[in-house]
Amino acid sequence: MAPVATTEATVLDLASSSTRTVNERLTSPEAPRTVTVTGPQGAHALACGLDSDIDVTIEGHVGYYCAGMNQQATVTVTGNAGVGVAENMMSGTVRVKGDASQSAGATAHGGLLVIDGNAAARCGISMKGVDIVVGGNIGHMSAFMGQAGRLVVLGDAGEALGDSLYEARIYVRGTVASLGADCIKKEMRDEHLTELRELLDQAGFDADPSEFTRYGSARQLYNFHVDNASAY
Amino acid sequence: MNTPNPALRESATFDRGVISEIQRAAETGIYDIRGWGAKRKLPHFDDLLFLGASMSRYPLEGYREKCDTDVVLGDRNAKFPLHLDIPITIAGMSFGALSGQAKEALGRGASEVGTSTTTGDGGMTPEERGQSKNLVYQYLPSRYGMNPDDLRKADAIEIVLGQGAKPGGGGMLLGQKITERVAGMRTLPMGVDQRSACRHPDWTGPDDLAIKIIELREITNWEKPIYIKVGATRTYYDVKLAVKAGADVVVVDGMQGGTAATQDVFIEHVGIPTLAAIPQAVQALQELGVHRKVQLIVSGGIRSGADVAKAMALGADAVAIGTAALIALGDNSPRYAKQYEELGSAAGFYDDFQAGKDPAGITTQDPELSKNLDPVEAGRRLANYLRVLTMEAQTLARACGKSHLRNLEPEDLVALTVEASAMARVPLAGTTWIPGAL
Repeated sequence: MAPVATTEATVLDLASSSTRTVNERLTSPEAPRTVTVTGPQGAHALACGLDSDIDVTIEGHVGYYCAGMNQQATVTVTGNAGVGVAENMMSGTVRVKGDASQSAGATAHGGLLVIDGNAAARCGISMKGVDIVVGGNIGHMSAFMGQAGRLVVLGDAGEALGDSLYEARIYVRGTVASLGADCIKKEMRDEHLTELRELLDQAGFDADPSEFTRYGSARQLYNFHVDNASAY
Repeated sequence: MNTPNPALRESATFDRGVISEIQRAAETGIYDIRGWGAKRKLPHFDDLLFLGASMSRYPLEGYREKCDTDVVLGDRNAKFPLHLDIPITIAGMSFGALSGQAKEALGRGASEVGTSTTTGDGGMTPEERGQSKNLVYQYLPSRYGMNPDDLRKADAIEIVLGQGAKPGGGGMLLGQKITERVAGMRTLPMGVDQRSACRHPDWTGPDDLAIKIIELREITNWEKPIYIKVGATRTYYDVKLAVKAGADVVVVDGMQGGTAATQDVFIEHVGIPTLAAIPQAVQALQELGVHRKVQLIVSGGIRSGADVAKAMALGADAVAIGTAALIALGDNSPRYAKQYEELGSAAGFYDDFQAGKDPAGITTQDPELSKNLDPVEAGRRLANYLRVLTMEAQTLARACGKSHLRNLEPEDLVALTVEASAMARVPLAGTTWIPGAL
């Protein structure tokens, strides 16, 4: 498809072209630095596999795996995002201005995922170094088996938060329905307040770090011991 | 060795092995964890025989008339399907479970004979990529070490849903094998038990998987074949759903498939034998009209050229070997008999892969033990073994009058037992009877 050039950005319209065509354009060495994608209509696997520092704005709602495995790029979704937004992201920034479905930021290694609205279940599942900041609430089993990185929630968290957590750190401002196995409340020391302030600033949220509670791994399940069998 | 008193009568229910396990469980409070796959006797390829040619079939001359062995995998959607010289591939085994030397040796051996090797939980190492002409990158539930750069470096992508040794179970790499490098690749602390989830974290069924496959294709520019690997259980349905989800290749791993470490009770009591799984998989592909278009790789207990030829006669396009490849490298070699005995085991019996103390330098991360494996020499041994498997399969195919291994068919086989006949869906030898056939 022929891109529509504007004075501000290149516009790629999914109403008249396929996801394949748009993704090919976004990942080509000659990709424009600033791109607006219009008419996504819930398309899956949109803007996935990006590997350059381009700036992509998707106007509307996206389906599964938007910005999956992102490297370097800045992707903004103005609507809602389906399952697995920014899954396995390595670097860059992904922002969802609406809500996100389940498994947001799943297994992501790096970069920053910001969800202005709410995120459904398993937000940050198996996170491996990504920073995730959620403006609203998150669903159950979030950060399940979270290995590394930070999850910040300005609203409430659902049940079994941080179940089987490894070294990921979780900050929640609101209520937590329940903690998962081996996840415990931890002291907010000065370094955590500083870290949280930086994350909130990066994500563009104005909130007081002192209102948050930190959660992390009790590290009781790191090596099997028969006395912990009931926790498995 | 003590000679048992002939007046003593061992219980068939509580034999010495069972008694020993009860005593061990009572002492430790944890189930037995081990590697190497099922040890119980199961219906297997040994229960099938080839019908060599006599009057009604015309054999090909051994070593003179051609019997080709090449196979193309994943030509349904991928721009670059895999072209292998032999239909015997190396199954996924992780760096972490195996030493770097073992992974390098697998790459060397497979590349020497023109076939592929496969990564595992833990990601891709530069040594493995460097030594493997054709490398299949496993996309596993844990996503340890998963990154798009490695995805693009791969020649094919294998989405792992299950493993024959433990369908429905996750991985268990115990803390004693977690060195600094393994821990770094998996983004976890050293010495921590590295549990791998039993299911993928961001999709929940075949409809979701279809979308996940599209994502992987998009990220790799639709160049790589996509495999889906399932542990053999409800194989007929699993294969149909794998095809529906978009697989280019389906990998079915039977119950005899190996593992680095999992619960003994899982290894011995979950799944179905490889022999029983192949006809189910082939039926599913045939009913969908994609047999030979979506290729079928079968693994789980493949040991000889006869096993290779029988799996292909039942409808597989290729096989994968894991345990046999490790043995070819030097696993359980009599060379280390003394060391195995010091570990409370013996050459030919050693299965404590989780302990990381393998004197053969294969299932270990101990740098001193790993030095015991010379990757060049071990690679040569694997290449030799793969050549033997291929020549054996060719010999059997020629005897059945086939000029290509893929031309072997169920009609070339009979079964020795009623059980094998029913599972493999070939007649009981000397009859036309297939139990359960309409």
